[in-house]
Amino acid sequence: MDDKVLTKGFDLKGLFEIEAYLQNGGYKAVEKALLGMTPSAVLEEVKKASLRGRGGAGFPAGVKWSFVPQNVDTPKYLCVNADEGEPGTFKDRYIMSHNPHLLLEGAIIASYAVGIHLALIYIRGEYEAVARRLENAITQAGERGYLGKNILGTGFDLEIIVHRGAGAYICGEETALLESIEGKRAYPRLKPPFPASVGLFQSPTVINNVETLSNVPFIILNGGEWFVEKGLPKDGGTRIFGVSGMVKKPGIYELPLGTNLRKIIFEYAGGMREGKELKAVIPGGMSAPVLKGDEIDLAMDFDSLARANSMLGSAAIIVIDKETPIFEVLKTVTRFYAHESCGQCTPCRIGTSWIDKIVQRIGQGKGEEDDLDTIIRLASNILGKTLCPLGDAAALPILSLCRKFRGELEGYLPR
Amino acid sequence: MSPEYSGELRKKIEEVVARYPKKEAALLPVLHLVQNEVGFISPEEEKFVARVLGIKPMRVREVVSFYTMISPQPLGRYHVQACQNLSCHLAGSENLIDYLKSKLGIGVGETTPDKKFTLSTVECLGACEQAPCMMVNFDYYGQLDKDRIDQILDRLA
Repeated sequence: MDDKVLTKGFDLKGLFEIEAYLQNGGYKAVEKALLGMTPSAVLEEVKKASLRGRGGAGFPAGVKWSFVPQNVDTPKYLCVNADEGEPGTFKDRYIMSHNPHLLLEGAIIASYAVGIHLALIYIRGEYEAVARRLENAITQAGERGYLGKNILGTGFDLEIIVHRGAGAYICGEETALLESIEGKRAYPRLKPPFPASVGLFQSPTVINNVETLSNVPFIILNGGEWFVEKGLPKDGGTRIFGVSGMVKKPGIYELPLGTNLRKIIFEYAGGMREGKELKAVIPGGMSAPVLKGDEIDLAMDFDSLARANSMLGSAAIIVIDKETPIFEVLKTVTRFYAHESCGQCTPCRIGTSWIDKIVQRIGQGKGEEDDLDTIIRLASNILGKTLCPLGDAAALPILSLCRKFRGELEGYLPR
Repeated sequence: MSPEYSGELRKKIEEVVARYPKKEAALLPVLHLVQNEVGFISPEEEKFVARVLGIKPMRVREVVSFYTMISPQPLGRYHVQACQNLSCHLAGSENLIDYLKSKLGIGVGETTPDKKFTLSTVECLGACEQAPCMMVNFDYYGQLDKDRIDQILDRLA
């Protein structure tokens, strides 16, 4: 597969060790950027690449970096979002465990472009083995002069800390992540001000997802135009799709943005498991509204999925088979959001747990005639009424399940 | 009686705290370190951590009660955490969780009388391609079925 960029070297043995990484062209991008380019030239190249955030929101990375004020007295920070909590998503775990130096390279180049001297990788606590691998990579990079003081003799300093989370989905929301690093409950902040101007410890902060940053070394080596050609004009590069659920070959598939969803499921992921038929697909992590089995002839990019009233999100594809009752999906979704709502905003705190209680009651055979309408009303009242996107992330999939599979779900209610 | 903490733990805490621009940013890392040594974070540990970081014990309590991986109660030697989120659910995690309950003779959130196993359910471990999956302490196990659960747990028993 020539289209691979990020995962190309994943089958190389021991790539996570710096010797193997260097033998395969590692740290060449850092050398090119720090020794041959000005920070603003790096920024321009990343802007030209139309690199959009891989965490879910899809905000252009270069634009995000350019929002950081240049001449300030306070320190600036980079936070790498490695919280990866969106159900169905496991791509960042692959990047960090197979190729931790690639992420470090991306973080070094981003920090150089923005003028940052401390980067924190916020990694979910469950990824302890991955965190250790990152720490090992950081030590190795420091020994070779790619991290620490006076990197490659350029006078540029950068330290990277691996910061372990402790089990809270909300920490993947960027301002919640900042609060968490500051040693607090991860309650999202009101925006604006945006983290680029007021972020960690009230200082300008860049927050990027693991996969986003891992693309940066390739952009520096091959140019922004090359990167755009790998994807779409407004959406450069490849995307790592994580496929799970009832397919023959669950796993990660790095493909050009815009690859057809049906093709991903039926060709790359091997199609449905023996004897299973397709019922529905969640195309972008649990927060993404569900697609029915006949709605999957879609290009997997931000705009096409938005037009289909769903979202690309973290590009995590969960494939649901006909034998699985949609009620089971609804039950899992509502329980998850009721558990993970941080509790700060009333519509989300009360709404998610109220819906969850109704769904549990239906599960006990005590459904009432108007339950579905009540769920739809409650979910609609969460939409757009919370500080952070978690409220919408809960409401949208619940609404889509209730509307698209209303007939099936009504079977659980008295007539 | 104030608990005894090892010199090694105190040294590690000092190192971690020194790396951060602000002391309180080391709160989660320090809680992880203390929990690794003590096994859980009781009010005594909260006070210790608060003292080390120069913050109020209430601040520590707020954080301990927010994050699921910080445990206010003692756990068994092996903490079995079975994923029940969607990809695992599709792959049959509900039956496997029932199997774990009957095998260990405890409910979710409980610890065996010999303090060996605690059983928890968790929401997505980020290993959906290996569904159904679980964690035992920090080790991941995927593609679970009853036989594989037997193999994994019997080796620990």
